[in-house]
Amino acid sequence: MKSLAELKKMREAALKKVEMREEGKDYRVVVGMATCGIAAGARPVLNRLVEETAEKDYNCVVTQTGCIGMCVYEPIVEVYGKDGSHTTYVHMTPEKAVKVLEQHIGKGEVVDEYTVDAAKREA
Amino acid sequence: MYRMNVLCCAGTGCSASNSAQIVENLQEALKKYDIDSEVKVVKTGCFGLCQKGPIVAIYPDKVYYCHVKPEDAERIVSEHLYKGRVVKDLELSDEDLETKEKIYDIDKIKFYEKQQRIALRNCGKINPEDITEYIAMDGYQALGKVLTEMTPQQVIDEMKKSGLRGRGGAGFPTGLKWQFEKDQPGEDKYVICNADEGDPGAFMDRSILEGDPHAILEGMAIMAYAVGAHQGYIYIRAEYPIAVHRLEIAIEQAKEYGLLGKDIFGSGFDFDLELRLGAGAFVCGEETALISSIEGKRGMPNPKPPFPAVSGVWKRPTSINNVETLANVAQIIYKGADWYASIGTEKSKGTKVFALGGKIKNTGLVEIPMGTTLREIIYEIGGGCPNNKAFKAVQTGGPSGGCLTEKELDTPIDYDNLVAAGSMMGSGGMIVLDEDNCMVDVARFYLEFIVEESCGKCTPCRVGTKRLLEMLTKICNGEGTMEMLDEMEKLCYEIKDTALCGLGQTAPNPILSTLNHFRDEYIAHIVDKKCPAGVCKALLTYKIDPDKCKKCSMCARNCPVNAITGVPGKVPYVIDTDKCIKCGTCMSNCRFGAISRG
Repeated sequence: MKSLAELKKMREAALKKVEMREEGKDYRVVVGMATCGIAAGARPVLNRLVEETAEKDYNCVVTQTGCIGMCVYEPIVEVYGKDGSHTTYVHMTPEKAVKVLEQHIGKGEVVDEYTVDAAKREA
Repeated sequence: MYRMNVLCCAGTGCSASNSAQIVENLQEALKKYDIDSEVKVVKTGCFGLCQKGPIVAIYPDKVYYCHVKPEDAERIVSEHLYKGRVVKDLELSDEDLETKEKIYDIDKIKFYEKQQRIALRNCGKINPEDITEYIAMDGYQALGKVLTEMTPQQVIDEMKKSGLRGRGGAGFPTGLKWQFEKDQPGEDKYVICNADEGDPGAFMDRSILEGDPHAILEGMAIMAYAVGAHQGYIYIRAEYPIAVHRLEIAIEQAKEYGLLGKDIFGSGFDFDLELRLGAGAFVCGEETALISSIEGKRGMPNPKPPFPAVSGVWKRPTSINNVETLANVAQIIYKGADWYASIGTEKSKGTKVFALGGKIKNTGLVEIPMGTTLREIIYEIGGGCPNNKAFKAVQTGGPSGGCLTEKELDTPIDYDNLVAAGSMMGSGGMIVLDEDNCMVDVARFYLEFIVEESCGKCTPCRVGTKRLLEMLTKICNGEGTMEMLDEMEKLCYEIKDTALCGLGQTAPNPILSTLNHFRDEYIAHIVDKKCPAGVCKALLTYKIDPDKCKKCSMCARNCPVNAITGVPGKVPYVIDTDKCIKCGTCMSNCRFGAISRG
């Protein structure tokens, strides 16, 4: 270790490994990972969310939950904001997940077309 | 990239409950479900809530599982990690911790809520065997700051301003200690970390070394820079194998990263560190005895002055700091002395770690700001005495300390208040005693320990403590006299005044403090020949009330020495007190409350 800058660089690289154990993210992205979710393809969605979040440094933690009872809409991804907001995205795919991260977590804009409300309107 | 971290305690406590097997089973199950590339298992240090161990924590969900057994590992993986369903029956709930609420955030449970973790901040959060995790938690930033931006005097001034006092027991101001060594002439100086933790019931130093060893390395490097030393020793007892192992790994990694060794941070500052293993003698926690032991001599104390800051190891200036003290150093530099000084009371700054043990629901490690009351620690964090027993006293400071009673429960804890109340901070052991503890027996326990551990160099300690123990044993056996109490008290003060080192000087404290608060119990042993708590076997007799006896024969059938006779259904049972060994088995087997102890 020859300089503070070197230590700082090392710290930033190491931070990713442990930051999920810390608080202080603006969003909590939760993937339904019960049997219904997994069968509908939730695992690739979850994995893509994790990868993208790490790569682009989105201000959120990605975690999972069990069945929330709307199995017909799986895979479901819910986004909880620090302000108490709650959005439910349905019929998710890895590609859609990327867009949710980009638009919702990145810019704070709900991706209306993927929400459960939009799905209900269509039905 | 991992999406989840599973943290499993690998401290001594949980390791003893097979946490290594849990880790292995978790890893196996992760492979089985093919998610081993998504979920990472991390072995951490102590979470503090040892009562509920082994503990497995799931992040980012912040779910804590308690009393986990190796066979539960697969369930945690298949249910929680694979399907996202919390395994309810393993989850730590506040019901366990005496409130009915369901917890969603571990920091909100009562055990953690009142705590403020500085020395323990990384314990249970990081993998102690991975230096990068420590670096991620701002590790070695303080050392970098010190070496590139501050002069040694500035470091010492910062320590003085922080108000940090030695956490090993006596509470000497850390900055002042460093100043003494810095002001000594010469280049050849040393620093030592005192990790010879020996008080019965205290295990905070072990937990810090096991859970966050790099914090100690960083603290020592900062201390070395401040006082002008280039060589350090960590004196640790060989009885702490996990801590020794983690320190060895940490030192190796720090050397590899250039955080120990030559020219650290390109500043030209060299610092090297070695471990010295002690054989576990209590007296080696005394600094002059510790120095003798490091030098390869028999671990016995020497008179002070000269103080180690003037003539320490190899007769060179030496600063010795305790593990917990050093764990605070990097945080003080990194966050600033003003921040540290804002925590605590006027004369005792910062936080203190206590090892809660004895008759308490939540056994474990707690770190609280100075000024927290004993009541808050024992009742709010510790959950009070189990089985609805009445609180009697709390013993602080180990064999050098004393007992505090109900009266002192609202005393804000700091160095001076505890001394004023007749005890001391000590290293932070806190043993709670309830109505079933005999205070004479407690004093005898500590004296036995002291007699065992006295090094024998000076007469007051070698002979004096033995005489005290003899008198206490007589009292416990019902052979005491009232004159003994005065004799004991006189001898106590003589030993305090004349013993060579801190061990002897404080050895009579458990007697003096119990005599002060619980003289009536001593008198009950001597005059009435009774042990009110029912502990001292020689003074107990068991009796069966013939009116209450239902002649069921349960007591007689369970008596291991056939001391009980009677005829089932016809003649009430009677205990032969000559044969009775006072084990209490009959009493716990009687369903009609017919047997009494007195």
